[in-house]
Amino acid sequence: MSAARPLPRLEPDNRFFWTSGEDGKLRFLQCSDCKTFIHPPRPICFNCLSENVAPAVVPGTGVVDTFTINHQKWSPNMEVPFIIARVAIDGAPGVILTTNIIDCPVDAVEFGDKVVVSFEQQDDVFLPLFKKVI
Amino acid sequence: MALPEAYITGIGQSKIGQKTTRHPLLLTTDAIREALDDSGLTLADIDGISTYPGKMSGYLGFSPVGCEDLIDALRLNIRWFNGSGEISSQLGAVAVAAHAVRAGAARHVICFRTVYESAAMSRPQDYPMNRAPRVEGMSQWTAPFNATSAVTWVAQYAMRHVKKYGMKREQLAQIALTDRKNAMLNPRALVREPLSLEQYMEARMIAEPMCLFDCDRFSDASTVLIVSAGDALGDVKCTPVRIAATAYQSDGRHSWDQPEVMASYPTGAELWKYTDYTAKDVDTVQLYDGFAFLTITWLEALGFCGIGEGGQFIEGGHRIALDGELPLNTFGGQIGAGRLHGFGFAHEAVVQLRSQGGERQIKGNPKVAVAASGGGPLATALLLARD
Repeated sequence: MSAARPLPRLEPDNRFFWTSGEDGKLRFLQCSDCKTFIHPPRPICFNCLSENVAPAVVPGTGVVDTFTINHQKWSPNMEVPFIIARVAIDGAPGVILTTNIIDCPVDAVEFGDKVVVSFEQQDDVFLPLFKKVI
Repeated sequence: MALPEAYITGIGQSKIGQKTTRHPLLLTTDAIREALDDSGLTLADIDGISTYPGKMSGYLGFSPVGCEDLIDALRLNIRWFNGSGEISSQLGAVAVAAHAVRAGAARHVICFRTVYESAAMSRPQDYPMNRAPRVEGMSQWTAPFNATSAVTWVAQYAMRHVKKYGMKREQLAQIALTDRKNAMLNPRALVREPLSLEQYMEARMIAEPMCLFDCDRFSDASTVLIVSAGDALGDVKCTPVRIAATAYQSDGRHSWDQPEVMASYPTGAELWKYTDYTAKDVDTVQLYDGFAFLTITWLEALGFCGIGEGGQFIEGGHRIALDGELPLNTFGGQIGAGRLHGFGFAHEAVVQLRSQGGERQIKGNPKVAVAASGGGPLATALLLARD
Protein backbone atom coordinates (compact mmCIF):
# COMPACT_ATOMS: atom_id res chain seq x y z
CA MET A 1 0.00 0.00 0.00
CA SER A 2 2.57 2.49 -1.09
CA ALA A 3 -0.01 4.84 -2.62
CA ALA A 4 -0.79 8.00 -0.67
CA ARG A 5 -3.68 7.54 1.72
CA PRO A 6 -6.54 9.99 2.21
CA LEU A 7 -5.41 12.02 5.22
CA PRO A 8 -7.52 13.62 7.95
CA ARG A 9 -7.84 17.36 8.24
CA LEU A 10 -6.24 18.32 11.52
CA GLU A 11 -8.42 20.44 13.76
CA PRO A 12 -8.56 21.26 17.48
CA ASP A 13 -10.51 18.13 18.48
CA ASN A 14 -8.48 15.54 16.57
CA ARG A 15 -4.94 16.96 16.28
CA PHE A 16 -3.64 15.15 19.37
CA PHE A 17 -4.83 11.80 18.00
CA TRP A 18 -3.39 12.07 14.52
CA THR A 19 -0.03 13.45 15.73
CA SER A 20 0.23 11.18 18.77
CA GLY A 21 2.60 8.80 17.01
CA GLU A 22 5.31 11.44 16.84
CA ASP A 23 6.69 10.05 20.12
CA GLY A 24 5.62 6.49 19.28
CA LYS A 25 2.70 6.47 21.73
CA LEU A 26 -1.01 5.93 21.06
CA ARG A 27 -3.41 8.27 22.85
CA PHE A 28 -7.17 8.54 23.21
CA LEU A 29 -9.24 11.19 24.90
CA GLN A 30 -10.11 10.34 28.51
CA CYS A 31 -12.31 11.96 31.13
CA SER A 32 -10.01 13.07 33.92
CA ASP A 33 -12.84 12.73 36.45
CA CYS A 34 -14.52 9.38 35.77
CA LYS A 35 -11.73 7.91 33.57
CA THR A 36 -14.11 7.02 30.70
CA PHE A 37 -12.50 6.98 27.25
CA ILE A 38 -14.18 9.14 24.61
CA HIS A 39 -13.67 8.23 20.95
CA PRO A 40 -14.09 9.93 18.54
CA PRO A 41 -12.90 12.85 20.67
CA ARG A 42 -15.56 15.25 22.00
CA PRO A 43 -15.13 18.15 24.43
CA ILE A 44 -17.43 16.51 26.99
CA CYS A 45 -17.63 13.13 28.75
CA PHE A 46 -20.80 11.25 27.84
CA ASN A 47 -20.65 9.34 31.13
CA CYS A 48 -20.42 12.15 33.72
CA LEU A 49 -20.74 15.28 31.53
CA SER A 50 -17.41 16.55 32.80
CA GLU A 51 -15.62 18.90 30.45
CA ASN A 52 -12.33 17.94 32.08
CA VAL A 53 -11.12 15.71 29.23
CA ALA A 54 -7.54 15.16 28.04
CA PRO A 55 -5.50 12.79 25.88
CA ALA A 56 -4.18 9.76 27.76
CA VAL A 57 -1.50 7.28 26.67
CA VAL A 58 -2.65 3.68 26.21
CA PRO A 59 -0.36 0.63 25.96
CA GLY A 60 -0.58 0.53 22.15
CA THR A 61 -1.80 -3.03 21.96
CA GLY A 62 -5.19 -4.36 21.00
CA VAL A 63 -7.22 -7.33 19.79
CA VAL A 64 -8.65 -7.95 16.31
CA ASP A 65 -12.43 -7.66 16.66
CA THR A 66 -13.20 -8.31 12.98
CA PHE A 67 -11.60 -7.72 9.61
CA THR A 68 -11.94 -7.96 5.85
CA ILE A 69 -9.43 -8.80 3.16
CA ASN A 70 -9.79 -5.94 0.67
CA HIS A 71 -9.18 -6.91 -2.96
CA GLN A 72 -10.52 -3.87 -4.77
CA LYS A 73 -8.14 -1.12 -5.90
CA TRP A 74 -9.88 2.04 -4.73
CA SER A 75 -7.19 4.15 -6.38
CA PRO A 76 -4.93 3.27 -9.32
CA ASN A 77 -1.69 2.81 -7.36
CA MET A 78 -3.15 0.93 -4.44
CA GLU A 79 -1.46 -2.41 -3.72
CA VAL A 80 -3.95 -5.19 -3.00
CA PRO A 81 -4.93 -7.35 -1.22
CA PHE A 82 -4.64 -5.87 2.24
CA ILE A 83 -6.33 -6.18 5.61
CA ILE A 84 -8.81 -3.68 7.03
CA ALA A 85 -9.61 -4.50 10.64
CA ARG A 86 -11.44 -3.24 13.66
CA VAL A 87 -9.13 -3.39 16.67
CA ALA A 88 -10.41 -3.24 20.25
CA ILE A 89 -7.92 -1.03 22.07
CA ASP A 90 -6.30 -2.40 25.25
CA GLY A 91 -6.63 -0.06 28.20
CA ALA A 92 -9.48 1.92 26.64
CA PRO A 93 -12.65 -0.09 27.26
CA GLY A 94 -15.26 0.28 24.52
CA VAL A 95 -12.92 1.97 22.02
CA ILE A 96 -12.56 0.46 18.56
CA LEU A 97 -10.19 1.64 15.86
CA THR A 98 -10.56 0.89 12.17
CA THR A 99 -7.03 0.29 10.89
CA ASN A 100 -4.82 -1.95 8.75
CA ILE A 101 -2.98 -5.05 9.92
CA ILE A 102 0.38 -4.88 8.16
CA ASP A 103 3.55 -6.91 7.72
CA CYS A 104 1.87 -10.31 7.54
CA PRO A 105 0.19 -12.41 4.84
CA VAL A 106 -3.48 -11.46 4.44
CA ASP A 107 -4.57 -14.98 5.31
CA ALA A 108 -2.65 -14.89 8.60
CA VAL A 109 -5.13 -12.70 10.51
CA GLU A 110 -7.85 -14.09 12.76
CA PHE A 111 -10.40 -12.76 15.21
CA GLY A 112 -8.81 -12.40 18.64
CA ASP A 113 -5.27 -11.90 17.32
CA LYS A 114 -3.16 -9.67 19.54
CA VAL A 115 -1.76 -6.69 17.67
CA VAL A 116 0.52 -3.75 18.46
CA VAL A 117 0.54 -0.27 17.00
CA SER A 118 3.07 0.71 14.33
CA PHE A 119 2.85 4.31 13.19
CA GLU A 120 3.22 5.30 9.53
CA GLN A 121 3.92 8.98 8.94
CA GLN A 122 2.47 10.79 5.93
CA ASP A 123 2.94 14.55 5.93
CA ASP A 124 1.96 15.75 9.40
CA VAL A 125 -0.17 12.70 10.20
CA PHE A 126 0.96 9.62 12.12
CA LEU A 127 -1.37 6.78 11.09
CA PRO A 128 -1.84 4.11 13.78
CA LEU A 129 -1.46 0.84 11.85
CA PHE A 130 -1.08 -2.49 13.65
CA LYS A 131 1.15 -5.57 13.44
CA LYS A 132 0.53 -9.00 14.82
CA VAL A 133 2.22 -9.74 18.15
CA ILE A 134 4.23 -12.86 17.44
CA MET B 1 -58.24 13.05 19.86
CA ALA B 2 -56.58 10.34 17.82
CA LEU B 3 -54.17 11.55 15.17
CA PRO B 4 -55.09 10.79 11.56
CA GLU B 5 -53.19 7.90 9.98
CA ALA B 6 -50.61 8.42 7.24
CA TYR B 7 -50.93 6.73 3.86
CA ILE B 8 -48.89 6.31 0.71
CA THR B 9 -51.32 7.48 -1.93
CA GLY B 10 -49.22 7.65 -5.05
CA ILE B 11 -46.01 6.17 -6.41
CA GLY B 12 -43.90 7.07 -9.40
CA GLN B 13 -40.55 6.29 -10.88
CA SER B 14 -38.49 7.58 -13.78
CA LYS B 15 -36.66 5.37 -16.23
CA ILE B 16 -33.71 3.69 -14.47
CA GLY B 17 -30.58 4.19 -16.56
CA GLN B 18 -26.86 4.67 -16.71
CA LYS B 19 -24.92 7.57 -18.24
CA THR B 20 -28.26 9.32 -18.51
CA THR B 21 -28.36 12.63 -20.34
CA ARG B 22 -31.85 13.69 -19.26
CA HIS B 23 -31.63 16.48 -16.68
CA PRO B 24 -31.89 15.16 -13.10
CA LEU B 25 -34.69 17.61 -12.30
CA LEU B 26 -36.61 16.15 -15.25
CA LEU B 27 -36.05 12.60 -13.97
CA THR B 28 -37.61 13.88 -10.75
CA THR B 29 -40.60 15.45 -12.53
CA ASP B 30 -41.02 12.24 -14.57
CA ALA B 31 -41.50 10.37 -11.31
CA ILE B 32 -43.73 13.10 -9.85
CA ARG B 33 -45.96 13.09 -12.93
CA GLU B 34 -46.41 9.32 -12.66
CA ALA B 35 -47.14 9.55 -8.93
CA LEU B 36 -49.71 12.31 -9.42
CA ASP B 37 -51.43 10.34 -12.19
CA ASP B 38 -51.46 7.34 -9.89
CA SER B 39 -53.01 9.23 -6.97
CA GLY B 40 -55.39 11.49 -8.84
CA LEU B 41 -53.84 14.50 -7.12
CA THR B 42 -52.58 17.63 -8.85
CA LEU B 43 -49.63 19.84 -7.99
CA ALA B 44 -52.08 22.26 -6.40
CA ASP B 45 -52.87 19.57 -3.80
CA ILE B 46 -49.22 19.18 -2.80
CA ASP B 47 -48.28 21.17 0.28
CA GLY B 48 -45.23 19.26 1.52
CA ILE B 49 -41.86 18.02 0.20
CA SER B 50 -39.43 15.57 1.79
CA THR B 51 -36.20 14.19 0.39
CA TYR B 52 -32.92 12.60 1.36
CA PRO B 53 -30.24 13.90 1.72
CA GLY B 54 -31.01 17.28 0.14
CA LYS B 55 -28.98 18.71 -2.71
CA MET B 56 -25.26 18.04 -2.32
CA SER B 57 -23.46 20.66 -4.36
CA GLY B 58 -20.05 19.04 -3.86
CA TYR B 59 -21.32 15.61 -4.91
CA LEU B 60 -24.15 16.24 -7.35
CA GLY B 61 -24.22 12.65 -8.63
CA PHE B 62 -25.26 11.47 -5.19
CA SER B 63 -28.01 14.04 -4.83
CA PRO B 64 -28.53 16.49 -7.69
CA VAL B 65 -31.96 17.83 -6.72
CA GLY B 66 -33.07 19.39 -3.45
CA CYS B 67 -36.30 20.77 -2.07
CA GLU B 68 -35.45 24.30 -3.13
CA ASP B 69 -34.97 23.35 -6.80
CA LEU B 70 -38.23 21.47 -6.93
CA ILE B 71 -40.31 24.03 -5.04
CA ASP B 72 -39.12 26.82 -7.28
CA ALA B 73 -39.15 24.92 -10.58
CA LEU B 74 -42.77 23.85 -10.11
CA ARG B 75 -43.81 26.96 -8.10
CA LEU B 76 -45.16 24.68 -5.40
CA ASN B 77 -47.10 26.15 -2.52
CA ILE B 78 -45.41 24.36 0.36
CA ARG B 79 -46.30 24.47 4.06
CA TRP B 80 -43.74 21.91 5.27
CA PHE B 81 -40.49 20.57 3.80
CA ASN B 82 -37.45 18.55 4.77
CA GLY B 83 -34.26 17.74 2.89
CA SER B 84 -31.81 16.41 5.41
CA GLY B 85 -28.90 14.00 5.33
CA GLU B 86 -28.73 13.96 9.12
CA ILE B 87 -31.57 11.47 9.38
CA SER B 88 -31.86 7.72 9.77
CA SER B 89 -31.14 6.85 6.12
CA GLN B 90 -33.07 7.36 2.91
CA LEU B 91 -36.54 6.24 3.99
CA GLY B 92 -36.23 8.48 7.04
CA ALA B 93 -37.51 11.17 4.68
CA VAL B 94 -40.74 9.15 4.31
CA ALA B 95 -41.01 8.45 8.04
CA VAL B 96 -40.86 12.15 8.94
CA ALA B 97 -43.36 12.96 6.18
CA ALA B 98 -45.74 10.48 7.83
CA HIS B 99 -45.31 12.32 11.12
CA ALA B 100 -45.86 15.66 9.40
CA VAL B 101 -49.19 14.68 7.85
CA ARG B 102 -50.36 13.05 11.08
CA ALA B 103 -49.57 16.26 12.94
CA GLY B 104 -51.42 18.36 10.40
CA ALA B 105 -48.34 20.18 9.11
CA ALA B 106 -49.20 19.09 5.56
CA ARG B 107 -51.89 17.11 3.73
CA HIS B 108 -50.03 15.65 0.74
CA VAL B 109 -46.23 15.36 0.75
CA ILE B 110 -44.09 14.47 -2.25
CA CYS B 111 -41.21 12.32 -0.97
CA PHE B 112 -38.44 11.83 -3.52
CA ARG B 113 -34.96 10.44 -3.98
CA THR B 114 -33.10 11.27 -7.17
CA VAL B 115 -29.75 9.65 -7.96
CA TYR B 116 -27.43 10.58 -10.81
CA GLU B 117 -24.20 8.78 -9.95
CA SER B 118 -23.64 6.98 -13.24
CA ALA B 119 -24.36 10.12 -15.27
CA ALA B 120 -22.11 12.26 -13.09
CA MET B 121 -19.20 9.82 -13.32
CA SER B 122 -19.53 9.71 -17.10
CA ARG B 123 -19.48 13.54 -17.36
CA PRO B 124 -17.08 14.74 -14.65
CA GLN B 125 -16.64 18.08 -16.41
CA ASP B 126 -20.34 18.81 -15.81
CA TYR B 127 -20.57 17.12 -12.44
CA PRO B 128 -17.17 17.50 -10.74
CA MET B 129 -16.52 15.90 -7.39
CA ASN B 130 -15.54 18.82 -5.21
CA ARG B 131 -13.48 16.76 -2.82
CA ALA B 132 -11.71 18.57 -0.02
CA PRO B 133 -7.96 17.82 0.02
CA ARG B 134 -8.39 16.10 3.39
CA VAL B 135 -11.13 13.99 4.96
CA GLU B 136 -13.04 15.06 8.04
CA GLY B 137 -15.97 14.06 10.19
CA MET B 138 -16.86 10.39 10.34
CA SER B 139 -14.81 9.42 7.28
CA GLN B 140 -11.54 10.45 8.94
CA TRP B 141 -11.82 7.25 11.03
CA THR B 142 -11.93 4.96 7.98
CA ALA B 143 -10.57 6.63 4.82
CA PRO B 144 -6.93 6.95 6.02
CA PHE B 145 -6.88 3.15 6.21
CA ASN B 146 -8.12 2.85 2.62
CA ALA B 147 -11.50 1.82 3.96
CA THR B 148 -13.16 4.40 1.73
CA SER B 149 -16.09 2.38 0.41
CA ALA B 150 -18.99 1.27 2.59
CA VAL B 151 -18.45 -2.26 1.27
CA THR B 152 -15.31 -2.51 3.41
CA TRP B 153 -17.29 -1.50 6.50
CA VAL B 154 -20.19 -3.86 5.80
CA ALA B 155 -17.74 -6.66 4.98
CA GLN B 156 -16.34 -6.56 8.50
CA TYR B 157 -19.79 -7.16 9.99
CA ALA B 158 -20.36 -9.88 7.39
CA MET B 159 -17.07 -11.52 8.37
CA ARG B 160 -18.42 -11.93 11.89
CA HIS B 161 -21.28 -13.97 10.46
CA VAL B 162 -18.74 -16.10 8.59
CA LYS B 163 -16.53 -16.68 11.63
CA LYS B 164 -19.07 -16.82 14.44
CA TYR B 165 -22.15 -18.28 12.76
CA GLY B 166 -20.67 -20.18 9.83
CA MET B 167 -22.34 -18.14 7.08
CA LYS B 168 -21.28 -19.52 3.70
CA ARG B 169 -20.84 -17.72 0.41
CA GLU B 170 -23.44 -20.05 -1.14
CA GLN B 171 -25.91 -18.69 1.41
CA LEU B 172 -25.01 -15.02 0.98
CA ALA B 173 -25.30 -15.59 -2.79
CA GLN B 174 -29.06 -16.07 -2.48
CA ILE B 175 -29.61 -12.33 -2.05
CA ALA B 176 -27.98 -11.50 -5.40
CA LEU B 177 -29.46 -14.55 -7.14
CA THR B 178 -32.97 -13.71 -5.93
CA ASP B 179 -32.56 -10.05 -6.86
CA ARG B 180 -31.33 -10.84 -10.33
CA LYS B 181 -34.08 -13.40 -10.94
CA ASN B 182 -36.76 -10.92 -9.89
CA ALA B 183 -35.19 -8.11 -11.93
CA MET B 184 -35.75 -10.15 -15.07
CA LEU B 185 -39.49 -9.77 -14.46
CA ASN B 186 -39.29 -6.01 -13.86
CA PRO B 187 -39.39 -4.08 -17.16
CA ARG B 188 -37.71 -1.08 -15.51
CA ALA B 189 -34.84 -2.98 -13.90
CA LEU B 190 -31.30 -2.01 -14.84
CA VAL B 191 -29.79 -5.51 -14.92
CA ARG B 192 -31.99 -8.06 -16.65
CA GLU B 193 -29.59 -10.90 -17.41
CA PRO B 194 -29.65 -14.09 -15.33
CA LEU B 195 -26.98 -14.81 -12.72
CA SER B 196 -26.06 -18.38 -11.80
CA LEU B 197 -24.59 -19.65 -8.55
CA GLU B 198 -21.52 -20.74 -10.52
CA GLN B 199 -20.99 -17.21 -11.86
CA TYR B 200 -21.42 -15.86 -8.36
CA MET B 201 -18.90 -18.25 -6.83
CA GLU B 202 -16.34 -17.38 -9.50
CA ALA B 203 -16.77 -13.61 -9.19
CA ARG B 204 -13.84 -11.54 -8.05
CA MET B 205 -13.81 -10.56 -4.42
CA ILE B 206 -14.22 -6.91 -3.46
CA ALA B 207 -13.87 -7.11 0.32
CA GLU B 208 -14.19 -10.61 1.75
CA PRO B 209 -16.70 -12.15 2.08
CA MET B 210 -18.35 -9.70 -0.35
CA CYS B 211 -17.83 -10.23 -4.07
CA LEU B 212 -18.68 -8.11 -7.10
CA PHE B 213 -22.26 -9.42 -7.32
CA ASP B 214 -22.98 -8.48 -3.71
CA CYS B 215 -22.77 -4.80 -4.67
CA ASP B 216 -25.43 -2.65 -6.30
CA ARG B 217 -24.73 -0.67 -9.48
CA PHE B 218 -24.68 3.09 -9.86
CA SER B 219 -27.72 4.29 -11.74
CA ASP B 220 -29.64 7.42 -12.62
CA ALA B 221 -33.27 7.54 -11.56
CA SER B 222 -35.86 9.23 -9.42
CA THR B 223 -38.44 7.55 -7.20
CA VAL B 224 -41.43 9.34 -5.68
CA LEU B 225 -43.88 8.40 -2.95
CA ILE B 226 -46.77 10.68 -2.04
CA VAL B 227 -47.59 10.58 1.66
CA SER B 228 -51.06 11.83 2.62
CA ALA B 229 -53.02 12.44 5.78
CA GLY B 230 -55.82 10.00 6.55
CA ASP B 231 -58.34 12.86 6.63
CA ALA B 232 -57.32 13.95 3.12
CA LEU B 233 -58.03 10.68 1.30
CA GLY B 234 -61.14 12.10 -0.33
CA ASP B 235 -58.79 13.75 -2.83
CA VAL B 236 -57.23 10.43 -3.77
CA LYS B 237 -58.39 7.95 -6.41
CA CYS B 238 -55.97 5.03 -5.93
CA THR B 239 -55.88 2.33 -3.23
CA PRO B 240 -54.06 3.94 -0.30
CA VAL B 241 -51.47 1.94 1.62
CA ARG B 242 -51.22 2.75 5.32
CA ILE B 243 -47.90 3.50 6.95
CA ALA B 244 -48.73 1.29 9.91
CA ALA B 245 -45.46 1.84 11.78
CA THR B 246 -42.12 3.58 11.37
CA ALA B 247 -38.82 3.04 13.15
CA TYR B 248 -35.65 4.98 12.64
CA GLN B 249 -32.72 5.13 14.95
CA SER B 250 -28.95 4.87 15.10
CA ASP B 251 -28.38 2.96 18.35
CA GLY B 252 -26.72 5.98 19.88
CA ARG B 253 -23.48 5.79 17.92
CA HIS B 254 -23.49 7.56 14.60
CA SER B 255 -20.46 5.63 13.49
CA TRP B 256 -19.50 2.77 11.21
CA ASP B 257 -16.91 1.26 13.55
CA GLN B 258 -17.84 1.93 17.17
CA PRO B 259 -21.22 0.11 17.48
CA GLU B 260 -21.27 -3.57 18.29
CA VAL B 261 -24.12 -4.15 15.83
CA MET B 262 -25.49 -2.26 12.86
CA ALA B 263 -28.45 0.05 13.38
CA SER B 264 -30.75 -2.31 11.47
CA TYR B 265 -30.94 -4.49 14.61
CA PRO B 266 -32.39 -1.98 17.12
CA THR B 267 -34.49 -0.45 14.34
CA GLY B 268 -36.03 -3.75 13.30
CA ALA B 269 -36.89 -4.57 16.91
CA GLU B 270 -38.32 -1.08 17.44
CA LEU B 271 -40.73 -1.34 14.50
CA TRP B 272 -42.95 -3.92 16.19
CA LYS B 273 -43.53 -1.68 19.22
CA TYR B 274 -45.88 0.56 17.22
CA THR B 275 -48.21 -2.03 15.75
CA ASP B 276 -50.34 -5.05 16.56
CA TYR B 277 -48.95 -6.79 13.49
CA THR B 278 -46.11 -9.24 14.00
CA ALA B 279 -43.45 -10.65 11.69
CA LYS B 280 -45.78 -13.60 11.02
CA ASP B 281 -48.30 -11.27 9.36
CA VAL B 282 -45.81 -9.99 6.76
CA ASP B 283 -46.48 -11.09 3.17
CA THR B 284 -43.38 -9.62 1.50
CA VAL B 285 -40.19 -7.82 2.49
CA GLN B 286 -38.30 -5.20 0.52
CA LEU B 287 -34.99 -4.86 2.36
CA TYR B 288 -31.98 -2.71 1.58
CA ASP B 289 -29.33 -4.52 -0.45
CA GLY B 290 -26.83 -1.86 -1.45
CA PHE B 291 -24.49 -4.57 -0.24
CA ALA B 292 -26.07 -8.01 0.03
CA PHE B 293 -25.15 -8.70 3.63
CA LEU B 294 -27.27 -5.75 4.78
CA THR B 295 -30.37 -7.66 3.69
CA ILE B 296 -29.41 -10.56 5.95
CA THR B 297 -29.09 -8.20 8.91
CA TRP B 298 -32.60 -6.88 8.21
CA LEU B 299 -34.10 -10.39 8.06
CA GLU B 300 -32.57 -11.08 11.47
CA ALA B 301 -33.34 -7.63 12.88
CA LEU B 302 -37.03 -7.87 11.99
CA GLY B 303 -37.29 -11.27 13.67
CA PHE B 304 -37.85 -13.47 10.62
CA CYS B 305 -34.99 -15.58 12.00
CA GLY B 306 -32.60 -15.39 14.93
CA ILE B 307 -29.41 -13.34 14.99
CA GLY B 308 -26.77 -15.33 13.14
CA GLU B 309 -29.36 -17.50 11.39
CA GLY B 310 -29.83 -15.31 8.30
CA GLY B 311 -27.54 -17.40 6.12
CA GLN B 312 -29.42 -20.60 6.89
CA PHE B 313 -32.77 -18.82 6.55
CA ILE B 314 -32.13 -17.93 2.90
CA GLU B 315 -30.21 -21.10 1.99
CA GLY B 316 -31.29 -22.44 -1.38
CA GLY B 317 -33.36 -19.30 -1.99
CA HIS B 318 -36.76 -21.03 -1.90
CA ARG B 319 -38.07 -19.22 1.17
CA ILE B 320 -37.39 -15.74 -0.28
CA ALA B 321 -38.37 -16.51 -3.89
CA LEU B 322 -41.42 -14.93 -5.55
CA ASP B 323 -43.42 -18.07 -4.74
CA GLY B 324 -41.80 -18.61 -1.34
CA GLU B 325 -43.15 -17.94 2.13
CA LEU B 326 -41.43 -14.53 2.36
CA PRO B 327 -40.83 -13.04 -1.10
CA LEU B 328 -37.86 -10.65 -0.97
CA ASN B 329 -36.98 -7.66 -3.14
CA THR B 330 -39.52 -8.60 -5.77
CA PHE B 331 -38.48 -5.74 -8.09
CA GLY B 332 -34.87 -6.89 -8.12
CA GLY B 333 -33.57 -4.85 -5.23
CA GLN B 334 -30.78 -2.41 -5.90
CA ILE B 335 -28.54 -5.25 -7.06
CA GLY B 336 -30.96 -6.02 -9.89
CA ALA B 337 -33.04 -2.90 -10.47
CA GLY B 338 -30.26 -0.36 -9.90
CA ARG B 339 -29.10 1.80 -7.03
CA LEU B 340 -32.32 3.74 -6.40
CA HIS B 341 -30.97 4.38 -2.91
CA GLY B 342 -33.64 3.24 -0.50
CA PHE B 343 -36.83 4.55 -2.07
CA GLY B 344 -37.19 1.60 -4.46
CA PHE B 345 -38.02 -0.69 -1.54
CA ALA B 346 -41.03 1.34 -0.39
CA HIS B 347 -42.15 1.83 -4.00
CA GLU B 348 -42.19 -1.91 -4.59
CA ALA B 349 -43.95 -2.65 -1.30
CA VAL B 350 -46.81 -0.46 -2.51
CA VAL B 351 -46.82 -2.13 -5.95
CA GLN B 352 -47.15 -5.55 -4.34
CA LEU B 353 -49.77 -4.53 -1.76
CA ARG B 354 -51.90 -3.18 -4.60
CA SER B 355 -51.30 -6.34 -6.68
CA GLN B 356 -49.88 -4.27 -9.54
CA GLY B 357 -46.67 -6.27 -9.96
CA GLY B 358 -47.58 -7.86 -13.28
CA GLU B 359 -45.26 -10.79 -14.00
CA ARG B 360 -43.55 -10.36 -10.64
CA GLN B 361 -46.74 -10.07 -8.57
CA ILE B 362 -46.76 -12.38 -5.58
CA LYS B 363 -49.80 -14.57 -5.00
CA GLY B 364 -52.24 -14.54 -2.14
CA ASN B 365 -53.61 -10.99 -2.01
CA PRO B 366 -50.78 -9.53 0.11
CA LYS B 367 -51.77 -7.09 2.84
CA VAL B 368 -48.64 -6.38 4.91
CA ALA B 369 -45.09 -5.52 3.83
CA VAL B 370 -41.89 -4.21 5.35
CA ALA B 371 -39.65 -1.77 3.50
CA ALA B 372 -36.28 -0.93 4.98
CA SER B 373 -33.30 1.22 4.06
CA GLY B 374 -29.80 1.59 5.40
CA GLY B 375 -28.23 -0.71 7.90
CA GLY B 376 -24.89 0.73 9.02
CA PRO B 377 -25.16 3.53 11.54
CA LEU B 378 -28.37 4.56 9.76
CA ALA B 379 -31.53 2.54 9.46
CA THR B 380 -35.21 3.04 8.73
CA ALA B 381 -38.01 0.48 8.64
CA LEU B 382 -41.56 1.08 7.43
CA LEU B 383 -44.44 -1.30 8.02
CA LEU B 384 -46.94 -0.86 5.20
CA ALA B 385 -50.45 -2.29 5.24
CA ARG B 386 -53.44 -2.40 2.95
CA ASP B 387 -56.06 -2.69 5.67
